[in-house]
Amino acid sequence: MSVRAITPDYKVQARDRVENFHGNQIVYVAWDRHLMFCAPFAYALPPTMTFAELRDQVMPEAFGLHEEFSKINWETTTWLLDNQPFTPDLNQSLKAQGVGHKSVLRFQTPELTGFQGKAV
Amino acid sequence: MSAKKLNLKDKYRLLTRDLDWEYSYADRKKAFPYEEFEGIKITDWSKWEDPFRLTMDAYWKYQAEKEKKLYAIFDAFAQNNGHLNVTDARYVNAIKIFLTGVSPLEYQAYQGYAHVGRQFGGAGARVACQMQSIDELRHVQTQIHAMSHYNKYFDGFQDWTHMHDRVWYLSVPKSFFDDARSAGPFEFLIAISFSFEYVLTNLLFVPFMSGAAHNGDMATCTFGFSAQSDEARHMTLGLEIIKFLLEQHEDNVPIVQKWIDKWFWRGTRLLSIVAMMMDYMLPNKVMSWKEAWEVYFEEAGGALFKDLARYGIRMPKFVEVTEKEKEHISHQAWWIFYNYGHAAGFHTWIPSDEELDWLSEKYPDTFDKYYRPRWELAKKMEAEGKRFYSQALPQLCTTCQIPMGFTEMDDPTQIAYRSSDYEGEKYHFCSDGCKHIFDEEPEKYVQSWLPVHQIYQGNCGGASVEEVLRDYYKLNLGADNLDIKGSPDEQRWKEWKGVA
Repeated sequence: MSVRAITPDYKVQARDRVENFHGNQIVYVAWDRHLMFCAPFAYALPPTMTFAELRDQVMPEAFGLHEEFSKINWETTTWLLDNQPFTPDLNQSLKAQGVGHKSVLRFQTPELTGFQGKAV
Repeated sequence: MSAKKLNLKDKYRLLTRDLDWEYSYADRKKAFPYEEFEGIKITDWSKWEDPFRLTMDAYWKYQAEKEKKLYAIFDAFAQNNGHLNVTDARYVNAIKIFLTGVSPLEYQAYQGYAHVGRQFGGAGARVACQMQSIDELRHVQTQIHAMSHYNKYFDGFQDWTHMHDRVWYLSVPKSFFDDARSAGPFEFLIAISFSFEYVLTNLLFVPFMSGAAHNGDMATCTFGFSAQSDEARHMTLGLEIIKFLLEQHEDNVPIVQKWIDKWFWRGTRLLSIVAMMMDYMLPNKVMSWKEAWEVYFEEAGGALFKDLARYGIRMPKFVEVTEKEKEHISHQAWWIFYNYGHAAGFHTWIPSDEELDWLSEKYPDTFDKYYRPRWELAKKMEAEGKRFYSQALPQLCTTCQIPMGFTEMDDPTQIAYRSSDYEGEKYHFCSDGCKHIFDEEPEKYVQSWLPVHQIYQGNCGGASVEEVLRDYYKLNLGADNLDIKGSPDEQRWKEWKGVA
């Protein structure tokens, strides 16, 4: 469907195109079943950032508030990239492994069940 | 010989419909350029039944009398230090949300009705919209006056228009009305007069006004009574517009249904703020959000949609989702604000033990299972001196602009993710309802001014969150924001009440 507009051939540019973010791209990151964090986090990151930098330098500031964060075994952690199973390559850039502008990265740690085992 | 006096009916005709004229030399279509592009077909404007039955002179007289009484009570409230009679300093945060989130919508309504009150081809519809426009302007003014007293004693009231235009969570109500006002005139009336004023308004007004009454806030409560008779007229306009459009042409039915689907969902998302206010912010509770939804939507709305069935109108799309959501959204919404309490222009807090028990009782199927553990964690961390605030910005829904904190309703520990691709860009949504609205009119929502993305684009001042809050939002950091525990609001309240 498209909008009915009073202006003929109504056309606009999307407000959140990647070129508006000064060389960064937006990446959303969420830890599934850990609802201490009410919503996924939104980061503005250089597309050249490696996955290791994202995981080890960017994510701990916010995710580290959770007492289980330091217990995560990254070897067994599973990931979804835009809803598809994904195996991150720590040394490659985000862009090179398909983490694009406004991609959603989710990770699952089934052995860590959240505060009181209640997904918090 | 005495002067001839017009009877009411003649006077009404002369002062409303009779103000219209035939176009003899100008092009009528050019005079009313907004009337056709939405696809609505009007065959006979004279079939419009005026919902207000008021002439301007009677309107002024009536409103002036109400105003006199209202301002007498405001004066008495101020002179008697009425703010000391509210139940607790926490209560005042509910009206901070009202002043920054709702009162500016009354002003937007004033502007919106003034616009459509010029653009309809039918004189009856124009007069009704112009009158409602003036009502809305009166509402915003009386609300400002009702709440101005609190500004002298509490933080967070000082810059509400500025905040409405800029602060992240206030983009939720602001974008709701921007969406309605940038639509055509018929959609505006279905959005605001019908879907909001008629179907959902009781869920905004009754909770706030009876919340005020239950919590000793005489000023807000009196404003509510003064606005009530206006609201009744507005609801009548909401019902008239829908009947009129459906009776004018059968081709209007699917268009109107589409608008009802859209604006019902937009409205429920907007009301999640009221839901958390009722369940978490009122020290004396009126009823739970779930109960309010059942009384004011499921029962009253159900009867309304039964009446509309004869026109071929069905219940709004996704209504079955709201049946499940009533168990969850207030808890999920207040948790969002608890997470981001450092970035809010009002205070947040953990419910007291009695309140947690009240929530368990009101939400026996969901609270202890899903939400009490969140508060147990918050309590534990607070007791350890680590009251936590989220350290990164949240992802927002492109349509409703609320942080993506709502879950799958059949799997309430899983955040709901929906997305669409449009012209090579990804867009994210909190629900099927918000995704559906985007997919119907992507050209509109690709323009969403999403506060988080705007901060990252550098359009909200400084590079740090603190600079954005202080310089761009103009929050008084350390006073307006953060937990109520340890706030200047709480400290003053204790001094006034003589509590250590």
